[in-house]
Order: sequence, then structure tokens, then C-alpha cells
Amino acid sequence: MRPPHPIEDLLRDAAPQVLGALVRRYGNFADAEDAVQEALLAAATQWPAQGTPENPIGWLVQVASRRLIDQLRSESSRQERETAYERSGPERPDYDDTVTLMFMCAHPALTTGSAIALTLRAVGGLTTAEIARAFLVPEATMAQRISRAKQSIKQSGVAFARPTGSQWPVRLASVLHVLYLIFNEGYLTGSGDELARAEVSGEAIRLTRIVRLALPDDPEVAGLLALMLLTEARRPARAGAGGELIPLAEQDRTRWDRDLIGEGDALIAEAWRKGAVGPYQVQAAIAALHDQAGGAADTDWREIFALYGLLERMTGNPMVSLSRAIAAAMADGPGSGLAYLRPLEARLAGHHRLHAVRAHLLEMDGRLEDAIEDYEAAAQRTASVPEQQYLIMRAARLKQSLKFT
Amino acid sequence: MRFMLLQNYGHIEGVEPMHRWTPEEIRAHIAFQQRINAELTERGELIDAQALTGPEAAKLVTYGGTGEPVVTDGPFPEYKELLAGYRIIDVESLERAIEVAAQVSAAPGQNGVPIKQPIELREVMAPLGPEA
Repeated sequence: MRPPHPIEDLLRDAAPQVLGALVRRYGNFADAEDAVQEALLAAATQWPAQGTPENPIGWLVQVASRRLIDQLRSESSRQERETAYERSGPERPDYDDTVTLMFMCAHPALTTGSAIALTLRAVGGLTTAEIARAFLVPEATMAQRISRAKQSIKQSGVAFARPTGSQWPVRLASVLHVLYLIFNEGYLTGSGDELARAEVSGEAIRLTRIVRLALPDDPEVAGLLALMLLTEARRPARAGAGGELIPLAEQDRTRWDRDLIGEGDALIAEAWRKGAVGPYQVQAAIAALHDQAGGAADTDWREIFALYGLLERMTGNPMVSLSRAIAAAMADGPGSGLAYLRPLEARLAGHHRLHAVRAHLLEMDGRLEDAIEDYEAAAQRTASVPEQQYLIMRAARLKQSLKFT
Repeated sequence: MRFMLLQNYGHIEGVEPMHRWTPEEIRAHIAFQQRINAELTERGELIDAQALTGPEAAKLVTYGGTGEPVVTDGPFPEYKELLAGYRIIDVESLERAIEVAAQVSAAPGQNGVPIKQPIELREVMAPLGPEA
């Protein structure tokens, strides 16, 4: 956890509300976003010395509006916009604007990479430099990614309004997907700047909490938040001192964050009772079962197997089927898991996850030579450094044990 | 997804070495490379692009135990297998990476004809996301 920064926290919270107020008034998202960034910068330099104003959001709206009007004026003479500002006066924005902004930033017209970057800047209030650092991308490249995203929004003519009717579930799904991807980006193991990464996950959780405040009755929003909390709880235990991967079964569970687990458990239990189960709720329920267990041996694998079956039917994702095969093996033995793998083999031929899962199941079954072969095949095919090291190590250990028996 | 686009030295069938090109042809070739970099930056995709000095200046360094490291001028693999330069890009898909590589391969040579240099495309290994 990072130390408290009251002004920084205040600014992050205010940023989307200020932007929402400006966009509603002037309708110019791209320029408004630049103006808000300037106002935030002004606040970050002035407030620590001069004190935080009594109405921080009002202050920011005023400064940002002035910048925006200056810019609009310099582009062309749009006096009427200034008059519009004089008329409307300061007002109190709320989280509704923040969520409406998220719908804009997660618009399907954007690539996922752009949607992530834009959400972090426009809604999360992160600077371009901070986003660039967290994603290990040069600042100029990240600045362009954000500016192109804003351009796409401009061209697609997306209004500053929440979608309605049949659009609503589809667009809400993209908002949740972008938040989920932001969380995952921050949860990566084996990248350089662990602190910057953790901050990105923290940001995803914060933004998802805001969506939940605005949409308290949506069970998938609650499910996503629960999934994030239950996953975040394991962060302290998921890697060794050298950044090496520690699989769930071998993690030191005393290092899991019990407060986050408690909150996640309560959230998913409440959401589940509403009876409109979706993929995030199912994943959260699976995470909750892992987090509640004292170890791999007393995990409720039968229930996890059933939940993966449900998720498989909802998503049709073959990676889910792989996880289901593991659960089958843990519940009924490796033979059962291997039987569930067989129908996937043609569809996932050559995929590193298929080899890795089969290697584990073969090892469980005592077929060590075959397991080594699959571990090595998986290591050659994965695109992840910590996973490759883990798989190579696993194969090496089996070879050693064969030598001594 | 991150990819590295590698370009080697080496003869390409039907293409004269660059020192036999006219200054205009060389200029056009360089401008083409710069244009690609500018475009990749503009699209928010460029991470790095560098050219390496030639094999003539290359060294092989080997740890020398307690003594000095061993530094030699070779032997190197065949000249044509030596890396001449690279780009690292961060893109949405393999398809986009192939598109960029194809564009790089279309760099013009004599008379503005694309030299069709083969571009080696390799995915850069990444950190690992949450467990499923």
C-alpha cells in the first residue's frame, strides 16, 4: 500500500467529475480533457503551498473552463461558448459523470490498448508519464496513443451520455472489460516496476468501486469488484523474492490479505443471491472458494469444477475448459482430468497452456517422463518469462528425481 | 503484444549493395525508414528503433575467469546473419505486427523498387497475468 497523499487522492477523485462537468457544458471531449489535465497540474503545484480551496471541484472546473475557453477562442471565435459558461455557473458534479465518462473511454470504436490508456488518464486522473511508466512504453508513444483515442472519439461522434436500450448491456460489458484489463495489467508478475504496476491495479479497483456506487444493483459490477479484491488479496504471496512465480497450491496463505477476502466474499455472496449470474460473478465465486480454503487439499474442487462448467457454457472459452480439467483432476484424480483434456487437444494443439496443464496432470499420475516432455514443450511455447522459468524448473526437478530413484 | 522486427545484413537476390546506389536512392531509402518510425510513433506503437554498427566494429567478449576478459574480433557467424538493426513495437495483434513487418520490407532500393528485405518477426516475452 502506498502512503496517503491527500491532495493527490482528492485530485484523482475530482478529475473525472471536473471533466464530466466540462464535457457536458462544452461538448468538446478532446480539448476538455487537455484543459482538465492543465487544471490538475495547476492544483498539484499550487495547493500544497496555498492550501486546498474550500470547494476543490468548483476551483478545478473554473480553472479548466478558463483554459478550455482560451483554447477554443484561439482556435476560432466561439464567444457563445463563453456566454454559456457564464450562464450555467458552478455546480456540483457527482459520480454519474464519472461513469458516463467511462462509457465514452471504453467505446467500441477504440482499440483495447487505447481504451485502457484513455480511461486511466481521463477517468483515473493519471498523467501520461505515469501511464507510460506503468506500461513500459516511451512517453511520446503513450501520448500519441491517448491523443489518437481522443481523436477516434471525436470522429465517431460519441455523445456524452450513457447508452440506452439494447446498447446498455453491450456497452456496460465493454466498460467492465476495460476495467478488468486494467486490473490485469497491474497484476502482471515479472515486469520491472512492481510499485507502478500495483498502483494500476489499485486504480482499477477504485474505478470499479465508483461504477458500483453508480450502479449498486448490477450483480456483474459487484462480481467484477469481488473478483478484483479476491485476486488482489493474493498479491503478496504470488511471487518469490526474485519475482519467480509461486503457483496457487504453493502460496503462503498467511500472507493473503484477509480484509480484502472478507470484503470480496461478502460482495459475491450478495450479488449471487440476486439470481442474474454472469461470468465475473462465476470467476469471483471460484476465487472465493480458493481464498477460503486452508490449502489445495481442503479446497472444494467439486464446486469449482461445477462453476468452471457453468463458465464454460457462458463463454465457450477453451482456457476455461483447461481449468475445468484441473478441477476434475483435483476432485477425482488425474485420470479424470486427462479425460477432460482429450477433446481439447485438437482445438488447442501446440498451445502452451494445454502442454502445461497436461504436464501437471501427468505428474500427478506418476508418468514423469511424459510430464517432463510436456513441461518442456510448454516452456518452449509460452510468451511469459516467469511462466517459462517455472516450467523449466519443474521439468528439471522431475529429471533429478528420476535420476535418484 | 510486443514484437521485435529484426533486419540482418546480407545479400538480397537481385539487389545491388547500397554503396552502388545513387545518393537520391539512398536518401529515399532512409526517408522511408524515418517515415515508418514517425508513423509508428504517431499510432502509439513504437517502443524503440535502432540501427547497429557494422560487423567491422563488432567484438566477441568472453568472461576470462580471474584474468582479463577475452576480447576478439570474431569469429562471427556468416556476415549475412549478423543483426543490422531492429524495431520494437507494441501492437494489438499478430496481424498488425505482420502488416508493419511487410511495410518495413517494402523499403525502396534502386529506381525506387522495394528491396523486399526479409524481416524476422519475434514476439517479445511478457510478464504473467493473474491465474485463471
